[in-house]
Amino acid sequence: MVPQDLRYTKEHEWVRIEGDIATVGITAYAAEQLGDIVFVELPEIGRTVAQFAAVGVIESVKAVSDLFAPVGGDVVESNAELSSAPELLNSDPFGKGWMLRIKVTDAAQFGGLLDPAAYEALTAEG
Amino acid sequence: MAYGSHTTEDRARMLRTIGVGSVDDLFADIPASLRSSGLDLPAPESEAELSTRLLRLAERNRVDLISFLGAGAYRHFTPPVVDQLLLRGEFYTAYTPYQPEISQGTLQTIYEYQSLMAELTGLDVVSASHYDGATATAEAALMTCRATRRERVLVSAGVHPHYRETLRTYFGGTSLVADEIPLVTDGPAAGTTDMIALERMFADPELPVAGVVVANPSFLGLLEPMAEIGRLAHGAGALFVSVVEPVSLAVLATPGEYGADIAAGDGQPLGIPLAYGGPYLGILACREALVRGIPGRLVGMTADVDGRRAFVMTLRAREQDIRREKASSNICTNQALCALAASIYLAALGPHGLRDVAALGAARAAELETALAAAGAPRLHSGPYLNEFAVRVPNAKAIHSRLIGRGILAGLLLARVLPDDPSLADSLLVCATEVTTPEDIGVFGAALGEELIGAAGRAGAGRVRAGRGRAAGRQHGSGPSDVAGPGSTAQPGGAAR
Repeated sequence: MVPQDLRYTKEHEWVRIEGDIATVGITAYAAEQLGDIVFVELPEIGRTVAQFAAVGVIESVKAVSDLFAPVGGDVVESNAELSSAPELLNSDPFGKGWMLRIKVTDAAQFGGLLDPAAYEALTAEG
Repeated sequence: MAYGSHTTEDRARMLRTIGVGSVDDLFADIPASLRSSGLDLPAPESEAELSTRLLRLAERNRVDLISFLGAGAYRHFTPPVVDQLLLRGEFYTAYTPYQPEISQGTLQTIYEYQSLMAELTGLDVVSASHYDGATATAEAALMTCRATRRERVLVSAGVHPHYRETLRTYFGGTSLVADEIPLVTDGPAAGTTDMIALERMFADPELPVAGVVVANPSFLGLLEPMAEIGRLAHGAGALFVSVVEPVSLAVLATPGEYGADIAAGDGQPLGIPLAYGGPYLGILACREALVRGIPGRLVGMTADVDGRRAFVMTLRAREQDIRREKASSNICTNQALCALAASIYLAALGPHGLRDVAALGAARAAELETALAAAGAPRLHSGPYLNEFAVRVPNAKAIHSRLIGRGILAGLLLARVLPDDPSLADSLLVCATEVTTPEDIGVFGAALGEELIGAAGRAGAGRVRAGRGRAAGRQHGSGPSDVAGPGSTAQPGGAAR
């Protein structure tokens, strides 16, 4: 079961909404599919990102995938710990493996995200 | 894998199997107007006929000339061990298998290539490998844009013109910009990258600079103030790309030492024969911080489950077969055979041997400078050089061509590749390496001296005919003493005076 207090995307990102700040990471399902994550590239602080734009790169021993911004806005923080410990994405994807915080420009975009039940249904389809 | 062409019977059987009447029917979907109307090719020739014809064509190449041509590709002595080892069938492909770890030997040779180049450049990471110096330089420029997320690269006019052209081609169709840093036009620093212009170019706040690309030695053979250029680049938040000639690194400061972030260059001087069109070898190296952005493949060394040394293909996840249109480059192969040649060459010579090669080339070049100056062709610039330099030769084009007639390739006519630089109009770029002999230098100096006096004589005669004898006479008055080269006293040009 995925955390019930989060929102999700079809690209397997999770979003925690606190005011106009969205904390973003990838789901346990995504991390498991990628395998051992060895490198994470995150956008610099202050960069303005559009919703669904590729903003970062996640590299595992198997593949390199893009990280998409679930919502548009300004990047206000990124998880610096991931540069030396990318494995946090595998060990604690919903906690210490958080990736970035975005100050959201249009809160209406939250409405388009998946709720936990919808996301679980998506991953159940495989 | 057996290879045999399909027989008529094979083709008929295949067509029957898929239920098609003829090969032409396979193309029925393509409108006739779009189909090729047949190729206008000459009739087939037998292997013997073709061999003879190609041999005749090859014989038109002048390989008998005493050569002083460098300009990016250099003659060196290659120990026979290099070619002998390259003949081994296991090495005779640029490709690694799709499960590369099955070829431990291939991976080991690539790993050793990377290690040798890392030592030579003083940088942490070397990718294996690129097509040639030009494409490696272009990839380096692209790396700076990706790493800084900026879109403007400054390229010194002292970088090989072909490399600059390739870089522009790589930038074509993108939003990236490549601006040229001019060269100093006069004074002691003439011919080197113009630092004042460079500083000015950094000033544009609208277009922050991703990278600065400078060659050392430059295309004109000159040594550039690399450390200073690096400081300027870093001060502006840009990366610094050094374009290198690998043999020179045995005696010059390495990119690692003077603070370059990326080094690119052509590996041809390392045991790879001169060939028009290659194959050559592109060297690309960088600091560890840029490892995720370097295109090409990296082979790593690790231990297998039993703790034995093992080589693995690592960090190629950014390439086309995985990243498709987001790949960091379009390089999906590498110049494995040429990289291997470079590795064997370096291993055979060792660090001391390579230093000898570079030092001997520099010593021969100094002798060449003296001989050419004595013949009436002084250096064009005054800054330090290693083994290649430009000389001023009146009427360079005609002299160059006449010297070929005398069995001497007098370097490169600079106006041919850099026609827009008036300061290079009458000049030749000449080079010496360890295979340049003092005898060759003597022959060149003597012939050039004779030609220059001859040319002066012919020009003088022409002017007399044109009724400007006095002007021509004055020119002669200062001429002969300047061109008192070897053998300059008794030759036809002199008699014409």
